[in-house]
Amino acid sequence: MMSKLTGFERTKAMLITGTGALVGLVMAAAGHDNAMGAHGWIVLAFCAVLFFFVANAAYGPEPTEDRATSYYDDPTKVGIILSLFWAVVAMGMGVWVAAQLAWPDFRFDAAWSSFGRIRPVHTSGVIFGFGGNALIATSYHIMQRTCRARMPDQITPWFVLLGFNLFCIVAASGYLMGVTQSKEYAEPEWYADLWLVVVWVAYFVLYMRTLARRNEPHIYVANWYYMAFILVVAVLHIVNNMAVPASFTGAKSYSAFSGVQDAMTQWWYGHNAVAFFLTSGFLGMLYYFLPKRAERPIYSYRLSILSFWGITFFYIWAGSHHLHYTALPHWVQTLGMTFSVMLLLPSWASAGNALMTLNGAWHKVRDDATLRFMMVAAVFYGLSTFEGSFMAIRPVNSLSHYTDWTIGHVHAGAMGWVALITFGSIYALVPVLWRRETMYSWKAVEWHFWLALSGTVIYIFAMWNSGIIQGLMWRTYTESGTLRYSFVDTLIEMHPYYIARTFGGLLFFVGACIGFWNVVMTIRHVPRAVPDLDYPTSSEAMEPAVPVAE
Amino acid sequence: MTILSILIPVTLCMGCVGLAAFFWSLRNGQYEDLSGDAERILFDDDRPLPTPATKETSP
Repeated sequence: MMSKLTGFERTKAMLITGTGALVGLVMAAAGHDNAMGAHGWIVLAFCAVLFFFVANAAYGPEPTEDRATSYYDDPTKVGIILSLFWAVVAMGMGVWVAAQLAWPDFRFDAAWSSFGRIRPVHTSGVIFGFGGNALIATSYHIMQRTCRARMPDQITPWFVLLGFNLFCIVAASGYLMGVTQSKEYAEPEWYADLWLVVVWVAYFVLYMRTLARRNEPHIYVANWYYMAFILVVAVLHIVNNMAVPASFTGAKSYSAFSGVQDAMTQWWYGHNAVAFFLTSGFLGMLYYFLPKRAERPIYSYRLSILSFWGITFFYIWAGSHHLHYTALPHWVQTLGMTFSVMLLLPSWASAGNALMTLNGAWHKVRDDATLRFMMVAAVFYGLSTFEGSFMAIRPVNSLSHYTDWTIGHVHAGAMGWVALITFGSIYALVPVLWRRETMYSWKAVEWHFWLALSGTVIYIFAMWNSGIIQGLMWRTYTESGTLRYSFVDTLIEMHPYYIARTFGGLLFFVGACIGFWNVVMTIRHVPRAVPDLDYPTSSEAMEPAVPVAE
Repeated sequence: MTILSILIPVTLCMGCVGLAAFFWSLRNGQYEDLSGDAERILFDDDRPLPTPATKETSP
């Protein structure tokens, strides 16, 4: 991997990781009496390992390949592995969290393992660790292929990928130590947030630079989805994390906003994190890997573009539906509700477009579990977007809000849509990336598919049932006008569903482990197939590459 | 609800950026050949496109 970097690039990498290690040391010294110090040591260790990795190869021979004749895939490969690693860690955490709800003794009486600390490890680990790494890796792949151009340099993609993972590690380790801003999906403290801004700006610039180099005049629709994902997440992240650190030597800050103002900002962020992180980016994945795997163009390309602009303009207004029946002004709630219902249109346009693409190729869906992953993901996308619009309607929300129904809805989206499309894309991508003919075991892919699907279905049905029961019990009054059920009564009713949820999550987790194993075995044991022609078009790539020393 | 005086302008600005990008894509001829655009990603091995040739060579 190092052999592809020139001497100058190696020096640059050493400079960056060296600076990072120094910053870590400063943090460790400044925050020695609190969690920031521990984070300093983590940053130091992370950067030091990378520094020695680069320094070890610093005097290696210069690369001889002609860069114009190939795409730069090393960061994509590492990103896929990291994504699967995070999937196993974070889904394992999810099973543990679910088990704690059914059997509270699973906390084992430690502070770090309490529900409030390991739940964000699960959510952030899945969304950012698994989803984020998969998005970064696939975006590197897709932008190069659809632009038919190589990425502009070899340092920025590493900086973005590894920098993002450093953020994830700091976030997850912070939660275990009790470091949190208490904002859903935005828990990391101020220094982690600042670091993410740097990484994210570098990511956007990298994307734009690659697009500027494109040899294909048309920008394929997947790129638009990825660009919206990167750009909007940057703005959301900056606004929602505006906070004043209590001190520059500690991991504690106070939000710039208070009360319902803060809640509004948080859900403006939170809902659009769902929209642009968990939807837009993954639609980019869908619009590239589904046609590729099915070997047929998207059913209506025009519709894919229309639904892109629809999602981009509608989604951003929907956040206030998280705050129905609160101190938020009524008209703001109504605004959010209206846009949420309107969103159904572009959402179903994408889901329908994906399914219509497969229409006529159902035999492929039957035979190929990879394509089936993507098909079922599209179905769940349609299902959960309908459910989301429905739940955003104020009277429906009065039943569903604060109940497990919301958890069920989130997981229909996260497991059924996001994770399935990601696994499908990874299975489609790994053989291409590592130049293998197929995956190591197609049976394992089948197992993974059925485990993931049954896990998702069990999970969602358990949460639908428990959520609606919970909601109905909470609103049942006696003849004298008092509440019929105490909180503990509802809890006893929930117990069987919590066990079912844990079981569904366990199946999903086992599937992810099988997937990770299968990918590793593919890389290690499947022989290299003759590479397809797969290169940027600007070069004289038709000729055999002549090694030219730079 | 002073926060709305921040969030709504920020959101409108993002919408305007989106609108500008949309108009750019229209003017740039991004939607001239939709079926061709959809098909082309399926071919990794096609010949170099007749690129706007001077792009690489012009000083």
